[in-house]
Amino acid sequence: MEIFDNLALGFSVAVTFQNIFYCFIGVLLGTLIGVLPGLGPVPTIAMLLPITFGLPPVSALIMLAGIYYGAQYGGSTTAILINLPGESSSVVTAIDGYQMARKGRAGAALATAALGSFFAGTVATFLLAVFAPPLADLALKFGPPEYFALMVLGLVASVALASGSVFKALAMVVLGILLGLSGQDVYTGTPRFTFDMLELADGIEFVALAMGVFGIGEIVRNLEDEHERTVMVRKVGGLLLSKDDIKRIVGPILRGTFLGSFLGILPGGGAVLSSFAAYSIEKRISKRPQEFGKGAIEAVAAPESANNAGAQTSFIPMLTLGIPSNPVMALMIGALIIQGIVPGPNVVNEQPNLFWGIVVSMWLGNFMLVVLNLPLIGIWVRLLTVPYHILFPLIVGFCCIGVYSVNNNAIDVFAMALFGIVGYVLVKLDCEPAPLLLGFIIGPMLEEYLRRAMLISRGDPTVFFTRPISATMLLLAIVALVVVLMPSVRKKREEAFKE
Amino acid sequence: MTRLVKSPKDVATGLLLIALAAFFAWQALDLPMGRAIRMGPGYFPMILAGILALLGLVIVASGIALPMGDDESPIDIARWPWRALALVTLAVVIFGIGIRPLGLGPSMGIAVFLSALASQKFHFLTGLVSALVMVAFSWAVFIKGLGLPLPMLGPWLGGY
Repeated sequence: MEIFDNLALGFSVAVTFQNIFYCFIGVLLGTLIGVLPGLGPVPTIAMLLPITFGLPPVSALIMLAGIYYGAQYGGSTTAILINLPGESSSVVTAIDGYQMARKGRAGAALATAALGSFFAGTVATFLLAVFAPPLADLALKFGPPEYFALMVLGLVASVALASGSVFKALAMVVLGILLGLSGQDVYTGTPRFTFDMLELADGIEFVALAMGVFGIGEIVRNLEDEHERTVMVRKVGGLLLSKDDIKRIVGPILRGTFLGSFLGILPGGGAVLSSFAAYSIEKRISKRPQEFGKGAIEAVAAPESANNAGAQTSFIPMLTLGIPSNPVMALMIGALIIQGIVPGPNVVNEQPNLFWGIVVSMWLGNFMLVVLNLPLIGIWVRLLTVPYHILFPLIVGFCCIGVYSVNNNAIDVFAMALFGIVGYVLVKLDCEPAPLLLGFIIGPMLEEYLRRAMLISRGDPTVFFTRPISATMLLLAIVALVVVLMPSVRKKREEAFKE
Repeated sequence: MTRLVKSPKDVATGLLLIALAAFFAWQALDLPMGRAIRMGPGYFPMILAGILALLGLVIVASGIALPMGDDESPIDIARWPWRALALVTLAVVIFGIGIRPLGLGPSMGIAVFLSALASQKFHFLTGLVSALVMVAFSWAVFIKGLGLPLPMLGPWLGGY
């Protein structure tokens, strides 16, 4: 069995002192930022990117991945204990988790979240190991038209699955692509959108964009209304689950895991969507829907399993196709590029150490998280008492030095300041910044494949529809757009996101 | 009461997008277009600017035609956290200006202190302590630990 050979290879890479260390650092940091409200995985990973320069690629990605799935874990702690999701994917966990905590069952809720996450993480990692290599092999057969169509489908799907207005999300994607095209044109070297500034010859630094929009912009948003956070729950209570609890969570965990695994693969999906979808499904099929919102253990188990599964499987398109499904994966692609690795289907075959090392480390990391979270819960609770007004100036400081050290270039710092304002204004106008970042990352690739495809077809745009794979993907994209724009679906979609 | 503009937010967004599209199109005008078979650097940006303008128009139209319900709020610029926005941005910009001539220490200290000022709960002492802690931390981690080629004190302050 080839997969066992591969996993053995992965273990040999992941189980070295250095990589276990970075995995541990990653999940620890991830938990930390998941616990601390107002600091998500995107700015954290962006801040740490410069630090990963000096690391070997495997260690760097193991650490960054740990931050992402660790944050899903940590987010549940704050959600349950203070009704404040530390991470957006824990919003639904807060509903019933906090009610459980108020009834003195915080321990049970935390244990459920941990067990569900661990199970989901294990299953999703296994799916990644099974499905990624064949997918990469398939992708290797793709020509420029197929790649172009795949990226269009990816961007459209991310728009269709996002909350809010479809048109605004589409506009954000297009704006992101335009910003991504700044710098020198790949073919002719002509400077584009550089305003005759030498510093912009390489284009806008994406770390500056990501940190500005998601870091600085978010800080200003949090300062809009400053309210005290209070830790209501002093005693966490027993972590042990009763027999009845276990009976009630098995189903939700299984369903949450599979739903999350599936949604994680889709562009724009990932952890946030998974947890929302898992919650509404459980509520719909539950025999006691009236308990939902009042401390139903199922409503903690399902979303927490789903968001962790989604976080793991969102690595599949990133590692096999080089296409990011969410902003965190976009940053991971940035990390790969910084390390001199071209993201895409070749990574699985040409860098088996890297690929399998990351897969196995994810499983190890999930295991570490259970150990880290349950016994150390007291420490995390204490951390929650650090007030935001002390925390955020430090985050600003980290953002500054992080973005400066990417290129030792002050222009990037100014760009971050500008994108901070842009990010704030966009949110005020109900425009989601996530599609902007996806467009920014995919933009240059999209243009390159479009130009190559047109070159091959001698300028005939029908090439996208005469090749079966590309035609199928573009049709799917069109169908997805039409469906989300239909008035009846639109209404349902709005309801679903309101829940 | 019927108003012509149902969602000022959407209208503003759409107009902003159209302005941005015009800006990008204007910038792309100077670039060689090429033809479909061999696209020049200006071809794809021009298409995108067109799409963006179109989306902007649709969003303006939806703001005028479609009432979104009662929860539609106007853009309440007066209630924006202007102080926070200005101070945090200023902190970042000053860090960028100061990092070379002043060095990491002073620019980090100023940036952290200025952003601390952005909070309504600002306390002079905590702000000062945060700034000092962060300066010490960045010296230990970034200069000593990671060996970033950054002087603690820049040339203006007698550093190298």
